Amino acid sequence: MTGPPPVLLRVRDLKTYFVTEHGKGTARAVDDVSFDLYPGETLGIVGESGCGKTVTSLSILRLVPEPPGHILPGSLIEFEGRNLLALPAPELRAVRGNQIAMIFQEPMTSLNPVFTVGDQIAEAAIIHQHLSRRAARSRAIEMLRLVGIADPDVRVDDYPHQLSGGMRQRVMIAMALICHPKVLIADEPTTALDVTIQAQILELLDRLQHELGMAVLLITHDLGLVAGHADRVVVMYAGRVVETATTVALFEQPTHPYTEGLLAAVPRVDAPRARLHAIPGQVPAATAWPPGCRFHPRCPYAWEKCAAEEPPLLDIGDGAGHTARCWLVTEPERRVPKR
Amino acid sequence: MTFGNWFALLVALVIAAEGVRALRHRAVRGEKWRRFFRLRTTSWGVGILTFMVVVAVAAPLIAPFGPNRQLDIVHLTNQRPSWTFLMGTDPLSRDVWSRIVYGARVSLGIGALGALVAVALGTLVGAIAGYYRRWIDAVLMRGVDVGLALPRIFILLMAVALWDGLPFAALVIAIGLTSWFGTSRLVRAEVLSLRQRDFVIAARALGAGSSRVILRHVLPNAAAPIIVSAALGVGNVLLLEAALSFLGIGVPPPDASWGNMIADGAPALYTAPWSTFFPGLAISLVVMSLNAVADGVRDAMNPREDGT
Repeated sequence: MTGPPPVLLRVRDLKTYFVTEHGKGTARAVDDVSFDLYPGETLGIVGESGCGKTVTSLSILRLVPEPPGHILPGSLIEFEGRNLLALPAPELRAVRGNQIAMIFQEPMTSLNPVFTVGDQIAEAAIIHQHLSRRAARSRAIEMLRLVGIADPDVRVDDYPHQLSGGMRQRVMIAMALICHPKVLIADEPTTALDVTIQAQILELLDRLQHELGMAVLLITHDLGLVAGHADRVVVMYAGRVVETATTVALFEQPTHPYTEGLLAAVPRVDAPRARLHAIPGQVPAATAWPPGCRFHPRCPYAWEKCAAEEPPLLDIGDGAGHTARCWLVTEPERRVPKR
Repeated sequence: MTFGNWFALLVALVIAAEGVRALRHRAVRGEKWRRFFRLRTTSWGVGILTFMVVVAVAAPLIAPFGPNRQLDIVHLTNQRPSWTFLMGTDPLSRDVWSRIVYGARVSLGIGALGALVAVALGTLVGAIAGYYRRWIDAVLMRGVDVGLALPRIFILLMAVALWDGLPFAALVIAIGLTSWFGTSRLVRAEVLSLRQRDFVIAARALGAGSSRVILRHVLPNAAAPIIVSAALGVGNVLLLEAALSFLGIGVPPPDASWGNMIADGAPALYTAPWSTFFPGLAISLVVMSLNAVADGVRDAMNPREDGT
């Protein structure tokens, strides 16, 4: 075998729709999303609220609530050559938590309030490695130490409400990593935490990623986070991938106007400005995506073609696989703001 | 009442009081026990229930007369409460105190076992319906609607008509099988809201199977309403048994249960109120104690509510 390293997780044409109640139509939350995750790398998925980032991550482990949600046939989520969407339930459970683990946005509500954190960390080890309670408990203490909690042999018997937000997120990480998964899906892992704790948690994730050699799918709305931690970036808008690039390329040459807008909205130390840029408008409802390019109503460059026909993901031709879903790639001279 | 009866009664009281004291002592160390005893009424509830259970178990030592013995078979006089007849005698001239003591065995037994059957079944059905949704939910819940729509007494009357002279176990099962509908709705509603909570999704993301998710993550968080419904269920079953006995289809005479004692005493309510008052008091005390204990258990099961 030659060429690029083997893909660990391959997502192709993922479509996750939700049937809304009272006949408001189908919400196409994730609509034709494709990306690859390679062993050991960090892939950032970026976008505003309502872009389908979280639904994408839930779809990978088939955790989308059904009904109302469903993943359309024709979607493919391939992990080490197996299509997760076609796996029977017991085999899927053997992947969840064991090979692909997940941490959630809200450490406050993602822990079961009636069990000690030790019990909860040990759970995955008991499920997948069939450890005895005692062995699982000592593994849990080990994990607590690994994620940097002081006095792990005392804390193991604490209930979630006895811990601070940052400690709970550390516990979540310990839960997710106890089986040494190959992929960690981190859905807004630091959004609910304050800034200093954010930095600590991200540092911890970076360290553990290198120690355990896992791939991380970092889902966030924060481009600053992506800049510091991701190797490659997928930008999502309105259920679609609108740009993919290496992190460096994305920041040096943002191609899709949406990416441009996101970057302009990030506060910068080196360019003092009075006001931050804001992308006008908001993400439209998932039941009624606009025709043509889904970003055109908010795009400063849009022309007739954008409203008529949706562009495919076009390679901008830098040889590094930088692609953007924008007609500007074919007609760069039109990159002149209308307003 | 002989000296031996008084002594046995005293021992029962001491056991109940010491039991509560010993449990409260554990509360000094254990967090769960401390939350359990947060309300003073919980101690009283535990004490009264313990006392009742001890009395039921030690009935032959505590009752001065046989429960079915007619003391004055010629005149059938109602004796007032006195030192000989602690709670008087009923219209058939049987000692009310002795019958209460023996009736505790029957009533508490039916109450506890009937409620156990009802809550177990209700929890099972409610959890399955709420967790799996779809057609199984629709089928089970329509069944529950039917069960709630049919008058319970009517179903039980039919059951009794089929068996003549219901044995104890059959009565318990019949009561249990007709008392779970409310619980199943309650549990279903809890499960419906819990199944979408983040920690349940997180547990599924860890690879936990349905039964593990339901047993470890969903039901323990629904424990409070389940336990409260169990405690209230015991009271309901006691009252149902009383109603059935009143209609003459519950515990067959001459065996004493608190329900049929009320039925037996009802005709003489004006002349001998003690023969209905005391069994009624016993039922009320048990039901209230159960509610108090249910409150305590609810607090103990909820680590977030630290009442200090």
